[in-house]
Amino acid sequence: MKPVSRVAGRMAPLAMADVDTDQIIPKQFLKSIERTGFGEFLFYDWRKRGDFILDRPEHRGARILVTGPNFGCGSSREHAPWAIQEAGYEVIIASSFADIFRSNCGNIGVPAITLPEAEVRELLDLALEAPETEAVVDLEKQSITAGALSFSFEIEPFLKERLRNGLDEVGLTMQKMDKIAAYEAGRPAWMPTVS
Amino acid sequence: MPQTLARKIWDQHVVDGARGEPDLLFIDMHLVHEVTSPQPFAGLRLAGRKVHRPDLTIATTDHNTPTGPEVVDDLSRKQLEALDANCAREGIRLYKLGSRHQGIVHIIGPELGLTQPGMTIVCGDSHTSTHGAFGAIAFGIGTSEVEHVLATQCLPQRRLSDVFVNIEGKLPMGVTAKDVVVGLIAQEGVSGGQGHAVEYRGSTIRDLSMEGRMTICNMTIEWGARVGMVAPDDKTFAYLEPRRHAPKGKHWEEALDYWRTLSSDPGAESEREINIDASRLEPYVTWGTNPGQAVPITGRIPVPRDETAERALRYMDLKAGTAMQDIAIDRVFIGSCTNSRIEDLRLAADVVRGRTVHPRVRAMVVPGSATVKLVAESEGLDKVFRDAGFEWRDAGCSMCLGMNPDILAPGERCASTSNRNFEGRQGAGGRTHLVSPPMAAAAAIAGHLADVRELEPVAR
Ligand code: SF4
Repeated sequence: MKPVSRVAGRMAPLAMADVDTDQIIPKQFLKSIERTGFGEFLFYDWRKRGDFILDRPEHRGARILVTGPNFGCGSSREHAPWAIQEAGYEVIIASSFADIFRSNCGNIGVPAITLPEAEVRELLDLALEAPETEAVVDLEKQSITAGALSFSFEIEPFLKERLRNGLDEVGLTMQKMDKIAAYEAGRPAWMPTVS
Repeated sequence: MPQTLARKIWDQHVVDGARGEPDLLFIDMHLVHEVTSPQPFAGLRLAGRKVHRPDLTIATTDHNTPTGPEVVDDLSRKQLEALDANCAREGIRLYKLGSRHQGIVHIIGPELGLTQPGMTIVCGDSHTSTHGAFGAIAFGIGTSEVEHVLATQCLPQRRLSDVFVNIEGKLPMGVTAKDVVVGLIAQEGVSGGQGHAVEYRGSTIRDLSMEGRMTICNMTIEWGARVGMVAPDDKTFAYLEPRRHAPKGKHWEEALDYWRTLSSDPGAESEREINIDASRLEPYVTWGTNPGQAVPITGRIPVPRDETAERALRYMDLKAGTAMQDIAIDRVFIGSCTNSRIEDLRLAADVVRGRTVHPRVRAMVVPGSATVKLVAESEGLDKVFRDAGFEWRDAGCSMCLGMNPDILAPGERCASTSNRNFEGRQGAGGRTHLVSPPMAAAAAIAGHLADVRELEPVAR
């Protein structure tokens, strides 16, 4: 995981509620056994229908995805945040995220930042009216600035640390293998095993 | 201090915890399928790591498998072969296509007795909440987390807050577990459960079969909660006892002693309680593109209150005010991890028996597992469905997500017993109405969404 501490760039406004992961990356792209190659299929069905907002010239190349509540609901597919990351978005801002999607984002190094609905609205309006505006998301200061707007956000200290250092979470747990072994020794014998 | 069911199980599984950090939870069973596992296995290999507990890992193929004689396309075959090779290398038991234990991952866990009270269970699939019906903490995880569990059998997790859903009263005729949960989602909205572990309680839940409880826990994720559970009781134990992986002899007695302690203590507090009167429920049907956009079958499409609802109606090609029963359908799908267990097929067959599928409708039944299929056939249900004009297929996820050739054509409208009516879920441009198994059967016969309670009687 690549460390992230500050993202500067334009905002892409996707003013929709309850965007599910089937829309973010449709199932036909889940047949791949690779970890990459999903970015070009982001929001595939919506883009195919034409005039999709994020495809408009003024929003191309944006780095900050700003969107509506309950973003990423539905299927647990991590292919969804992979596709978002590969398409060039380094951070997502919404008034709420689905639980599994949010943890997937944390695990791949894409901060999923929650702001009150009214503040998200202001960012969306600004991105629509002045798409050239450069916004800055600063993980260290826990702040977002864009034009005259300036908001602060909450983030769990533990997650912030991991994002900033790009820590390998599996590696962290593997350092606790002795504790895991001790736990395993105490598990009841009747618990099921497959073999 | 009185504790909730979720809290008791959680505390039993904390390997390590420090203030401000997520708890490191031990995972008792990890279910693996072909779609969300190739990358984690590759990740392990790259890092030079091995699967820590192959004996607590079980794999099957379900999402991307054909349910008939179709040829498997190259990409899908590659994915199936990758799982095969990964399981062989790591010593993981795999029930693949053709095995008599193959099936949808959330159907086979309980069926094999691998899902037991008090366990922690994860799978790279959001409907893992299904297993909570046995009084387990079961939740869906992403691919990075799959790799984490493969490597360590543990997962760092933040504690969830508790919500109690109390459901009291007798279900009216024609109303099923599916209607209870869709009604609940319609009331609470698709994000109402975010951050919560839900415990379903009350007389209605006690009266439900294990199958019905699984249906309700299954759709917990559709109102935003990752975990849904029911305290185990004698029904749970009776369901489990004969199963292959259930504890035996002395172990069974020990397990029972422990399982009987698994309920929320009197006075245990939750962050929120929701009360539902089951006697007032009706069969529910969705009209939109998320599971919360639902009304009783006797209802009409509501006037859209927001942009999301307007977008849904545009996509569904429907107008506010239309009576639900006036909506004609082209396809019917009975299947998915929500509603493809034996009880679901029996309920649908009871409606179908002696009747014929409407000539415009193409209807199919996809049993949840090879075992469900065999049991259904031994009861003659396949014949009931076939005689009426249904297709009778092999086990898998099938048209629940349309990764295999079972898909809707653009513009086609389907009454489906699955759990998601998202845009394009069952095929690009396809339109899905979620219903219970008896309601799907009724729609197949009527050719439109229909009230199963009002079907013309069959001359027998
Ligand atoms: S049946 Fe549908 S919802 Fe269930 S696991 Fe398969 S694809 Fe997912």
